[in-house]
Amino acid sequence: MGNLLNISSSPHVRDKSSTQSIMWCVILCLLPATVVGIYNFGLKAIILIIACVATCMLTEFIWQKAMKLPVTVTDGSAALTGLLLALNLSSTFPVWMAVIGSVFAILVVKQLFGGLGQNFMNPALGARCFLMVSFAGKMTSFTYDSITGPTPLAIIKNAVKNGDTSSIADILASGDGQTQATTSVINMFLGNTAGTIGETSAIAILIGGIVLIARKIISWKIPVCYLATFAVFVLIFGGRGFDITYLAAELCGGGIMLGAFFMATDYVTSPITPTGQIVFGVLLGILTGIFRIFGASAEGVSYAIIICNLLVPLIEKVTIPVPFGKEGIKDGK
Amino acid sequence: MYARCINGLLVPVFSGCGIIKSPGTTKNKLERGNGMSEATFRGGVHPYEGKELSKDLPIKTVLPKGELVFSMAQHIGAPAKPVVQKGDKVLVGQKIGEAGGFISANICSSVSGTVKAVEPRMMLNGSSVTCVVIENDGEYTGIKGLGENRDYTRLSNDEIRAIVKEAGIVGMGGAGFPTNVKLTPKEPDKIDYILVNGAECEPYLTSDYRQMLECPEEIVGGLKVMLKLFDKAKGLICIEDNKPDAIAKMKEAVNGESRIEVKELKTKYPQGGERTLISAATGRKIYSAKLPADAGCIVDNIATVIAIYRAVCKQTPLITRVMTLTGDAFSQPVNVNVRLGISHAELVEEGGGFATEPAKIISGGPMMGFAMFDLNVPVTKTSSSLLALTKDEVAENEPSPCIRCGRCVSACPGNLVPQKMAQAAMNNDYDTFVKLNGMECYECGSCTFVCPAKRPLTQTFKQARQYVAAQRRKS
Repeated sequence: MGNLLNISSSPHVRDKSSTQSIMWCVILCLLPATVVGIYNFGLKAIILIIACVATCMLTEFIWQKAMKLPVTVTDGSAALTGLLLALNLSSTFPVWMAVIGSVFAILVVKQLFGGLGQNFMNPALGARCFLMVSFAGKMTSFTYDSITGPTPLAIIKNAVKNGDTSSIADILASGDGQTQATTSVINMFLGNTAGTIGETSAIAILIGGIVLIARKIISWKIPVCYLATFAVFVLIFGGRGFDITYLAAELCGGGIMLGAFFMATDYVTSPITPTGQIVFGVLLGILTGIFRIFGASAEGVSYAIIICNLLVPLIEKVTIPVPFGKEGIKDGK
Repeated sequence: MYARCINGLLVPVFSGCGIIKSPGTTKNKLERGNGMSEATFRGGVHPYEGKELSKDLPIKTVLPKGELVFSMAQHIGAPAKPVVQKGDKVLVGQKIGEAGGFISANICSSVSGTVKAVEPRMMLNGSSVTCVVIENDGEYTGIKGLGENRDYTRLSNDEIRAIVKEAGIVGMGGAGFPTNVKLTPKEPDKIDYILVNGAECEPYLTSDYRQMLECPEEIVGGLKVMLKLFDKAKGLICIEDNKPDAIAKMKEAVNGESRIEVKELKTKYPQGGERTLISAATGRKIYSAKLPADAGCIVDNIATVIAIYRAVCKQTPLITRVMTLTGDAFSQPVNVNVRLGISHAELVEEGGGFATEPAKIISGGPMMGFAMFDLNVPVTKTSSSLLALTKDEVAENEPSPCIRCGRCVSACPGNLVPQKMAQAAMNNDYDTFVKLNGMECYECGSCTFVCPAKRPLTQTFKQARQYVAAQRRKS
């Protein structure tokens, strides 16, 4: 044999899926939520999405070029960060601020910590919190159907805080009393309410999330444990007893759906161990509940996820699985 | 040690060891396991099977043309010592290498002819090993009694073990562990199961499958010999459900045998691994520090059981084996029965040569096989196949950063966390590697197969495990 044969250690075959195919699959699963966002918020939403995705990809490209690193923009990870960030912004948010947020997400949160796989917090959420601190007013101003007013979640929070005992349906239908922002739980489920571009439609997010789980891109553990724990927390501490409409509004409102299926499940910043994923989900549910019910704001998903991101190494440390055949055996023999 | 069970039978109980076994629960587990054809394990992967290339091709006998090279280290344990010299005449079946220790095996000549040399030759892993080189005279003159029938029921158990030892039989699935050692456990009374491993979970390989179809009676015969050694044991022939005709054939062959059963297993790699096989077939579990015998099991591959039959009942030592020559580079994949010691280069002609220039040639399956750099190395007792692929998926997929997707964790049949183990191993942090149960890994390659970032996980583990094992030997 004159030719040279390849030599490598086993295994000699590889599965077809790659980092790239996974990232693009997640982006595809975000499409239902994106389409509903564009339908609701129109051209402004399209511009914001394009601006965020383009800035994220460009930032990554320029950084990798400047640092003489292999350019990995096509792996879809930067595009996904951009899309997630845009879906977390209000449609009225100024484009230049969104561009700053995108640069922050890629440059500070992702690349400065070592790039893909090394960031300790979700880049899109890191940027969202950065923008929240920097431009609080713009971040919390929502317009739906050319009416600027509070989100349904804020309406409920305000009413509950003021000791309003009428039903949730009535509270939502009467709005906040100042603006004409009125809605219903059904609208919150479908997405016809005020909120960020991608968070309003629970059903659109659910469709994408179920596809992700069915295709085994993500495990059911984090979203299910997150939502279940949060639901239990709301029923116990929500102050409204066993009010299913209230629970439905809390689950459909705000960023919890988008957070549970697309943000908390970010591979890099969630535990890799199966038990760890359950612990992570439960912690998220509790923290979100605390922030939403006892905190000043009606929202709390981003902060809950970011705090839990920081706990991931600790969670993993205590949830290393017992190896095959060693169940029930103490360390050693 | 024994504990009295509810029904009054004496049931062995293992003390202070790793087997999940209490008399009651194990029984329930077993009954449940036997009721379902879906016996399986947690984790594992589904690589492209590629068996259709060669599964319908009957085993063809190949006679060697040139010289034959017999390595003295075809097994786990001490190498054999050559007992012939240059110029000696040898016969088919004649012992040319004597076991060099308790864990070692004899080597027998597969042809008749003259010893040309006793010298170091290169093996397929690049190591240099003492070999006996024999010039084939083409006569195939056998030693006295070769191939003659022998009634195993008249032999004592010790005689059977001695015959298996003399025949140089080792595990032919790939590990090459001397079979007579396996058949001589410390406490023979505690063996409840003899598992015949017909899972053949490695992609492409069809040699065990063909043997199940073509000589089921020899498999049953070999198993019966083994069952004679262990009165209490039950024989289970374990086959993955992607081989329905082999299952049917074996079921037919064991018809009327009260101590033998055919067990269907779900098709999934690495079902044929010792630990996964025992757990799927019997519900018992062992870990790295335990032997199958600790769980009351003896596991032998199809080819090994046939070799036992031939040695005991046909007075033929281990001198041939069935191999699959396959892969998309071969113009005509084929299953062949070859004499041990034949050169791989000679076999390529049997597969009709290469239709396309292969990029990679593998001895064994694509998941755990060994990539060859030269075809001029001899076939040994553990060579299950020659796989020639036109594409090298490893070279085509450059590793990229880990994204912590956790697929390796889901795929690991050992319930380990390969991502963290790899991180520790890469940092030469062997303490953490051991803490993360790295020494429980048996290098099946499932994690590496599924990794979307194409990271060389198994390769890293092999290196780290070797290092840790070497350190342990030192201290």
